[in-house]
Amino acid sequence: MPRVNPIDSDYFKDERPDDKFSVIGKTVQRSDALGHVTGRTEFFEDRTFPDLAHVKIHRSAHHHARINSVDVSEALRVPGVLRVITHRDVPSNWYMVLRLIGIEPNDEPVLAEDRVLYKGEPIVAVVADSEAAALEGAARVKVDYTVLPAVLDVEAALAPDAPVIKQAGTNYFVYEGHHARRLRFGDVEQGFAQADRIFEWRYSSAPIEHAPTETTGCVVVPQSSGRLLIHSNTQAAFFTLDNTALILDRPFTDLQVKGGTVGGGFGGKVDVMVEPLACIAATLTNRPVKFVYTREEEMQVSSPRAAERIYIKDGVMNDGRIVARKVMLYVDSGAYSRHSPYGTTKACAHLPGPYTIPNVYADCHCVYTNRTPSSAMRGFGVTIADFALESQMDRIARALEMDPLQFRLKNAYRDGDLKAHRKVAEGTALIEVIQRAAALVGHELPEEYQAMSSRGAGA
Amino acid sequence: MRIVNLKVNGVGKTFIARPETTLLLALREQLGLTGAKRGCAQGACGSCTVLLEGEPVVSCLVPAVTVDGADIATVEGLADGPALSHVQQAFLDGFATQCGFCTPGMIMSAEALLDRNPDPTRDEVNEAISGNVCRCTGYEPIVSAILDAAVRRREGAKL
Repeated sequence: MPRVNPIDSDYFKDERPDDKFSVIGKTVQRSDALGHVTGRTEFFEDRTFPDLAHVKIHRSAHHHARINSVDVSEALRVPGVLRVITHRDVPSNWYMVLRLIGIEPNDEPVLAEDRVLYKGEPIVAVVADSEAAALEGAARVKVDYTVLPAVLDVEAALAPDAPVIKQAGTNYFVYEGHHARRLRFGDVEQGFAQADRIFEWRYSSAPIEHAPTETTGCVVVPQSSGRLLIHSNTQAAFFTLDNTALILDRPFTDLQVKGGTVGGGFGGKVDVMVEPLACIAATLTNRPVKFVYTREEEMQVSSPRAAERIYIKDGVMNDGRIVARKVMLYVDSGAYSRHSPYGTTKACAHLPGPYTIPNVYADCHCVYTNRTPSSAMRGFGVTIADFALESQMDRIARALEMDPLQFRLKNAYRDGDLKAHRKVAEGTALIEVIQRAAALVGHELPEEYQAMSSRGAGA
Repeated sequence: MRIVNLKVNGVGKTFIARPETTLLLALREQLGLTGAKRGCAQGACGSCTVLLEGEPVVSCLVPAVTVDGADIATVEGLADGPALSHVQQAFLDGFATQCGFCTPGMIMSAEALLDRNPDPTRDEVNEAISGNVCRCTGYEPIVSAILDAAVRRREGAKL
């Protein structure tokens, strides 16, 4: 039986005069568990359709190259191949998933036109009677390239002499006219000048692949009404529906997405990677079409969590108060935007961590390189920033020979503090969480730290 | 092309298989038993685990024509009407599922373990499911559920 920790409702009791939880604190069975244990849960690929056709992709062999020509004649001669799809078959080829929330420009083609910006970028889709014929057809597509210099490092991509890989003219996403998502609060240089100690370190992370057990995929079924029914394992049914409709240049009402059952997502299934091409293939052949990534595709070309590089410089007083924090943060978006401009904004919104610091300066760059496009994954933007921020806190505490929890408590934000984003903090609980965690592991805190409260006077 | 006969969950089944038809695809696409999943199609994730003559196999690597006449058990055959197997019930009660994609394969590996070892240690359970990947990383409740199922089976046997 699962262990259920009782709810401790002592904290902030005056804010909740009436604690009547009917579900919280109780064991409630998952609504889908019976289907899981009996094998009856219906994942998208568990449906079978007569006359099902399959889509496979011919992908870029290079990180960065000009496409001189594409020859599909041999692919078309493979028995079972029904169609090849190139960018000319995509009604509205350029897109940006986040355009639905007003973010521009459309920077990614569904199928490459005259250039490829990452190894594995889709160039031609092959539709065939069988998966094997589609794979064979995709392998027989011939692309003539002129290889171009690749940019594979975020800081190298921002160097003045770096080759510009993006059509928009910069190797970074432009935030309201600026090179980065910026945070400016107080005077960070003055803060450094008054500080007793300066600490500056660099943190970096590699891309992380979600590797869901079920690979990304969909089956699109033409309906007698003329609509397309999309069985998908997307985590974002409406992002998928709307973006697919825009790419197809068809009304939203032409599409129906059936989803919600996802064999592991973790953020890796919020891009719109398979549905548009499967819809085009289904329309061109008037047959149900399956497009599902192989395990190799899932590992090689599905968007990972972005690699990040973060420099943090802190000015600290001898008593442990942080008086200035400067962060230069670089998110490797890879070749295209996907969700990374948003992730980078989230990283910036998370700075300077849950601490009250009077002088803060940050530039958070969403950088384009010739790597696999990165995108959403579990708290993207925040997770790696937290790794850097909390590593920084531990290192400073060590350098000051301070207890790391006391160092955090000393700088913890409290209700009423003005945050660097010029919002007044409310509902904070960092102090109480640290106090409780310390008690649980038997880490003794001095009386003055035990007496602290998020509801007390600000730092 | 060859005609293949299998006994699947105790029932005789006949189908035509190409040389490259895997047991997994035959089960899923020809016999309509979609409990076994295709996670990697290269024998690495265990989502397609079924029992072949009582032994767990990754059915994505078994050519169907090579197992003509065999006895196959899949997750669909475990429950007796609404009554779940001990392993299924323990997974349900122990919150040992998240997305559910690895669950059928995980359960078949567990059934095979408990068939040959009714009282496994935690290490033996870990070993038995070492070929089954759960990317939601819920291994702890899964291992606990299998140990719980072992107790239920032994107690059930005593009744």
